[in-house]
Amino acid sequence: MFHFVLRRLASAVPTLFIVVTISFFLMRFAPGGPFNLERPLPPATMENLMRAYHLDQPLWNQYLQYLKNAVTGDFGPSYIYKDNTIAELIGKGLPYSVQLGTYALLFALIGGVLIGTIAALRQNSFIDFLVMSVATTGVTVPNFVVGPIMTLIFALMLAWVPAGGWGDGSLKFLILPVITLGLPQLAVFARLTRGSMIEALHADHIRTARAYGLPAKVVVVTHAMRGALLPVVSYLAPCAAALLTGSAVVESIFTIPGVGRYFVLGAINRDYTLVMGTVVLVAIFVIVFNLVVDILYGLLDPRVRHD
Amino acid sequence: MTDLIDVPTTTIPPEESKGRSLFQLAVMRFRRNYAAMAGCVMLALITIFSFVGPYFLSHTYDQVFPSYVNMGPSLEAYPKADTLNDVMKGVASRARVELNEFAVDGNNFTASVSSEQPIDTRVTRYFDRANEFENTKVTATENDGKTLKLAGEVKREYFLFGTDDNGRDLMARVMLGGQISLAVGLLASLVSLVVGVVYGAISGYIGGRLDNVMMRLVEILYSLPFVFLVVVLVVFFGRSFILIFLVIGAVEWLDMARIVRGQTLALKRREFIGAAQALGLTDWQIIRRHIIPNTIGPVIVFVTVVVPKVILLESFLSFLGLGVQEPLTSWGALISAGANKMQSSPWFLIFPAIFFVLTLFSLNFIGDGLRDALDPKDR
Repeated sequence: MFHFVLRRLASAVPTLFIVVTISFFLMRFAPGGPFNLERPLPPATMENLMRAYHLDQPLWNQYLQYLKNAVTGDFGPSYIYKDNTIAELIGKGLPYSVQLGTYALLFALIGGVLIGTIAALRQNSFIDFLVMSVATTGVTVPNFVVGPIMTLIFALMLAWVPAGGWGDGSLKFLILPVITLGLPQLAVFARLTRGSMIEALHADHIRTARAYGLPAKVVVVTHAMRGALLPVVSYLAPCAAALLTGSAVVESIFTIPGVGRYFVLGAINRDYTLVMGTVVLVAIFVIVFNLVVDILYGLLDPRVRHD
Repeated sequence: MTDLIDVPTTTIPPEESKGRSLFQLAVMRFRRNYAAMAGCVMLALITIFSFVGPYFLSHTYDQVFPSYVNMGPSLEAYPKADTLNDVMKGVASRARVELNEFAVDGNNFTASVSSEQPIDTRVTRYFDRANEFENTKVTATENDGKTLKLAGEVKREYFLFGTDDNGRDLMARVMLGGQISLAVGLLASLVSLVVGVVYGAISGYIGGRLDNVMMRLVEILYSLPFVFLVVVLVVFFGRSFILIFLVIGAVEWLDMARIVRGQTLALKRREFIGAAQALGLTDWQIIRRHIIPNTIGPVIVFVTVVVPKVILLESFLSFLGLGVQEPLTSWGALISAGANKMQSSPWFLIFPAIFFVLTLFSLNFIGDGLRDALDPKDR
């Protein structure tokens, strides 16, 4: 296991390298640049700006320079937020996004598995339909609709919670964004759990466990759950990476100072260094969570071996 | 003892000994699932509404009614009786004539207009130009042509879903949006299904170094900046409908591949796979006949999750300039436009959202039904 983790961490280096390389050139092939404003800058200003940010040099030169700096942890200054380096911008926003994302992930995972299990245990009954309908609504109604509606009801009409902002990071500030962010994922987890739980409950070893007279709770939670969680865990990696790196929509609806908006703003403003920062951030999250999930496979199902 | 032997031969009628194929069994089980069948009917109705509906609608999706901008949904015909007088006054002032009399009788109207100068009879065009009136004719000329008697018909329009900001019939637009969203949603999901399942099954089954490389490729694709990928593709290939499928297919198969790989990793150590290997089946035969059918449960469930994602992603692509552009539209585009006007004109959001949600509900019930029917372990 230790060797497996080491090997995977070693293979992360070429993965990151390829991601950075492709993204760098992909970004530059797109039309527009960070200083192409609606009212064009005077040519002399433009020239100076380009020189100041080394954008006048040949592309491969810039690329090598970027790589060299990135290896030492220097991701450069932002072209748009001129007083900040990329490390500062992401360092400031990431804690908010990670905290919000973690709560949303826990909400989605625990809620989804619970709902899915309840539905599976009462397959094709009224409760099954009811619970799965609620979950389906979660995945179908987009968060740019759910967010404003919830703000309207709970923040403006009932005035139970603030309409936005981070505040002191307490529950009343977080509850609406966590639900908005987590609801679609909760629905996915619930549907995946329901399907695989039904399959798991038909397995031979579950019948054996029931025949032994084990209590239903033990059969479901300790025996069926292990097999049933496999697809859930598979989806966990991309889901966690997506939630923890912030959501532009949810963060802008609830005015949370996370990193989600940088994905959109960086791309719209052609803020090259900011885009590269977000790319590296996502890549690290994806690589780490895929590794965690591959380890979890082995724990859930001992037949899975990494060799 | 002899009785016991006789019993089976006499009680089993010969026609019951006919075997049923796995497929027939699956169809039977699917038919018995009421929720799934209801989902099929609902999906068929929505498809008919979207694709056949426009032929029964007198308005097209890009027909603009300047008189009926932002009208709420109504079962009554527009124009409403109490507004006609004001409309007529407005038309008369645009035609620079004075309105003396105006009366509406059923679908016909009569009016009398006058001016200081003799009126050109072509003035009727001003009346026809309004969405409310048509076939205006001069019935009598009085006072040396300074007074005209006009008669014409009141044009009744039905907007069951209301109209949008530009005065277009929302029902026609929901129908068009349905055509595009259903096509994109189903086709792109199918692309991601096929690619993701095959890729994931191969990666998981072969394992080892190949698995490592294939999964690192997935990680790379996860991390690429999606917006730039889209922009660069549009720059190189221009806007095209096929590109939507490619772009959506390119990102949505990744989750599917991870899920199928996860299932495969557990499946390939099972006894029946070992037996298949011992029988000398090739890797591809095992993947096709034994691995993929056994991953069907999570795969079908996940496809039903991908469809809404794809339909909403399409509206984001349209926002970036790829995908459908005005005056064409899609449910995703209508919903995101409607979300901005939720408070002032809720019907912008409600009608496309109802169809979107209904479609996905039916797909989910069909998906659950298919999963139950195709499950190879469930007898």
